[in-house]
Amino acid sequence: MSRTPLHRPSPHESALGHVTGRARYVDDLDAPPGTLVAQVVPSPVAHARITRLDVTAARAVPGVHAVLTAADIPGVNDIAPVAHDEPLLAEGEVHCVGQAVAVVVAESYAACRAAAKAVVLELEPLPAILDLEAAVAAGSVQGDLHEMRRGDVDAALASAPVRLSGTYRTPGQDHFYLETHAALALPEEDGALFIHSSSQHPSEVQAKVAEVLGLPRRMVRVQVTRMGGGFGGKETQGAHFAALAALGVRATGRPVRIWLNRDQDMTQTGKRHPFYSEYEAGFDEAGHILGFKVKTWADGGWSMDLSKAILDRCLFHLDNAYYIPSLYFFGQVARTNTPSNTAFRGFGGPQGMAVVEEVMNRAAERLGLDPAEVRRRNYYGDAPRDRTPYDQVVEASRSARIHAELLETSDYEVRRAEIEAFNASSRVMKRGIALQPVKFGISFTHSVLNQAGALVLIYADGSVQVNHGGTEMGQGLHTKMRTVAAHALGVLPEAIRVMATATDKVPNTSATAASSGADLNGAAVKQACETLRGRLAEVAGTTLGVPPAEVVFEGGEVFARGGAGRKLAFGEVTQAAYLAQVSLSATGFYRTPDIRYDAKAGKGKPFHYYAYGAAVVEVEVNGLTGEHRVRRVDILHDVGDSLVPTIDRGQIEGAFIQGLGWLTCEELVTDAQGRLRTHSPDTYKIPALGEAPPDFRVALLTGATQHDVVHGSKAVGEPPFMLALGVVTALRHAVAAFLPAGAEVGLKVPATPEAVLRAVMGA
Amino acid sequence: MKVVLPLKVNGDDYEVAVPPHWTLLEALRYELRLTGSKQGCDKGDCGACTVLVDGKPVLACLTLAVAARGKAITTIEGLAHRGKMDPVQDAFDESGALQCGFCQSGMMMSAKALLNERPDPTEEEMRLALSGNLCRCTGYTKIFDAVRRAAQLQAEARRVALGQDEG
Ligand code: FES
Ligand code: FES
Repeated sequence: MSRTPLHRPSPHESALGHVTGRARYVDDLDAPPGTLVAQVVPSPVAHARITRLDVTAARAVPGVHAVLTAADIPGVNDIAPVAHDEPLLAEGEVHCVGQAVAVVVAESYAACRAAAKAVVLELEPLPAILDLEAAVAAGSVQGDLHEMRRGDVDAALASAPVRLSGTYRTPGQDHFYLETHAALALPEEDGALFIHSSSQHPSEVQAKVAEVLGLPRRMVRVQVTRMGGGFGGKETQGAHFAALAALGVRATGRPVRIWLNRDQDMTQTGKRHPFYSEYEAGFDEAGHILGFKVKTWADGGWSMDLSKAILDRCLFHLDNAYYIPSLYFFGQVARTNTPSNTAFRGFGGPQGMAVVEEVMNRAAERLGLDPAEVRRRNYYGDAPRDRTPYDQVVEASRSARIHAELLETSDYEVRRAEIEAFNASSRVMKRGIALQPVKFGISFTHSVLNQAGALVLIYADGSVQVNHGGTEMGQGLHTKMRTVAAHALGVLPEAIRVMATATDKVPNTSATAASSGADLNGAAVKQACETLRGRLAEVAGTTLGVPPAEVVFEGGEVFARGGAGRKLAFGEVTQAAYLAQVSLSATGFYRTPDIRYDAKAGKGKPFHYYAYGAAVVEVEVNGLTGEHRVRRVDILHDVGDSLVPTIDRGQIEGAFIQGLGWLTCEELVTDAQGRLRTHSPDTYKIPALGEAPPDFRVALLTGATQHDVVHGSKAVGEPPFMLALGVVTALRHAVAAFLPAGAEVGLKVPATPEAVLRAVMGA
Repeated sequence: MKVVLPLKVNGDDYEVAVPPHWTLLEALRYELRLTGSKQGCDKGDCGACTVLVDGKPVLACLTLAVAARGKAITTIEGLAHRGKMDPVQDAFDESGALQCGFCQSGMMMSAKALLNERPDPTEEEMRLALSGNLCRCTGYTKIFDAVRRAAQLQAEARRVALGQDEG
């Protein structure tokens, strides 16, 4: 089709709002006069029994309207998304530093702070477990374990010519969305509430607020206009702050705003799960993996949150893109006295892949092979090398094709040879290069979540409103949905307004997560629009004198196939439809077909399909300081037939940089009392412009239509994050050049200059 | 205990009553309802609150409102001139730099400050000008492209204004 916006570059749907400063986030909204602000009174210690909690004096502080504790919750004191193990306000015990003990509602943040100081909180210390390894050693775990097995792994390991064993730890990561958590709760009639929330999951905010207040969900409506970044950090945890604001409304009858400053956000909310793994692996002399045994533990923090699903996804990605003939995987969530860790782009996938990538690197170094070649030899292929550890068949793996194309376009072989030559002659600076493949499973692994709805309204003047269940956090979902709708209705994108996500438009939605926002909501939007187009085709067919099937909608015009004859404006047809008493609103619904998983057996088909990609990364290391920089990155990524290529490229670049941060510069430091010491950007370093690769080339795989997904496209949010693992392999290449030939490289992540220097010194 | 303060923002004169400890950012956001300037860290480390004071880039979260008395303040809302977009706005609009957009106004104000000072900046000067602005969504490349483009557009606009655009 000639005049469709589909598969073409597109400006962001609210670009104009952003460049003029008019695009609003929650804390920018005009609150009614009399709006109060709320602030959490956090636990100062990691684990203790509450022996006294007295807020009488705090309530008397001028400007304070309420100080609320667990005793003031009219409904259920629980904010957990799944396990019912997380009180909104502490009851009896506190389990981590930063846990909410009370909430102050006052006329100003200054009054909130004064009241927080006046809260009498007496605590009897209890033993605290502050890190993952200590929890594993102490057997401090939560939830069920998850296992997968295939073949006789012990026999495979025993007879393998090359054997490796070790432990591997991947670090946590703060989301550092630029917009911190925020909510604005407004009272409505009859005790109902309207809540603006910075959340990836408005339906869950609605459900949790209703539970906390003891209301049916119809009394709570939640709206999300946009977020200033989410990355998983606002999948579950936004509900806490929305519920605290709602509680404030209930207590005072006034609107209540809550907004966290950066330090509060970093100390009170969960992060990416650190993982600790113990592994054994066996390879043949050619670098094929024969057996792989991994026991892994996720640091869930003090409650479950989404840890179980995150652990599952880690296990689902311990293979990355590689066929493993025999294996045993074991995973469990550990419990520590730290804030409850939560979703973060990749959702356990990066942590799983990091283990197998460490093993691939060690095997390649041991065998003296190019790590890229070892990876290539292990890719999924034809049967029987097409079965994942959980028995899903990998149909037509794209890894080998991407590998070959990217080696070519990035000039890998030539550059590798040049780097060897450079390293032979350079003493202080050494370089490294690596190719990193990614295969990432797409779908919520809790299968029921794979559903989405849409509500499309057409007005008689031909202008359109699209509502769908997904939220906009910067990933361009609304722009993609506008594109899908414009294509289906044959109108210009400007004729369409994508509405703020609202629970009173589309009910019972899933979180915008698991990279699935465009796949699921796109299919629902498409269906709703096609229903409406069908109705309009009847109307237009009558006017044009052709059967409905012969009516074409394109570029805002409606005409008979072939283009001969009259051209009607879309608005003429909608006006005619109105006069003919035709309904101009429709819902759409989609659920992913054919996915299931049996967690007990560790078998099933949890994913609708896989997304693929690869990166070639070149780095340079200073052997005297450990400082390093990325010199060039080439990415070839599979997004199917991209809905909007400009958006997908942006996602790929941004995900890579975020992965680079996780693996090289972001370091969370907690002290012996369990207090996070790195709680603002002056101590917690996310990548800045200076860290971005000066030479960054991103290409989308061509001829990559993904069947059975909206317009042949593929999910893109998370998979490219893991391409950054290539930075570690490249750093190892450079570090090895400083070491005696054949020496083991011991590089920990995050590979900060300090960690790299240690590795260079062989320490 | 509020101080009454004359402020000149985006060419308009205001009088605001704010607590003396309030920052310029708080005065802009919560008194004048100019919410385009964002609060990303509140301690001078992210650049999201960048505004121009007498044409120079200033972190509004580190500037007391009272210290801005009598100075000319420009926020993102004041970039457009008589309904016409500034070249920086056009450039950011065109380049598709933005994702969540939260860093954007700070980035644009830093870029504007640079172009005020150096109409024809080098790549190095552009890097330096943006080095204090964090973005968590993008890979920075498109933002950098947008600034480059803004410099071009501004230069073109200047040529047109000088009537030297023939040929
Ligand atoms: S809010 Fe001012 S620098 Fe971050
Ligand atoms: S676009 Fe989201 S922080 Fe820059």
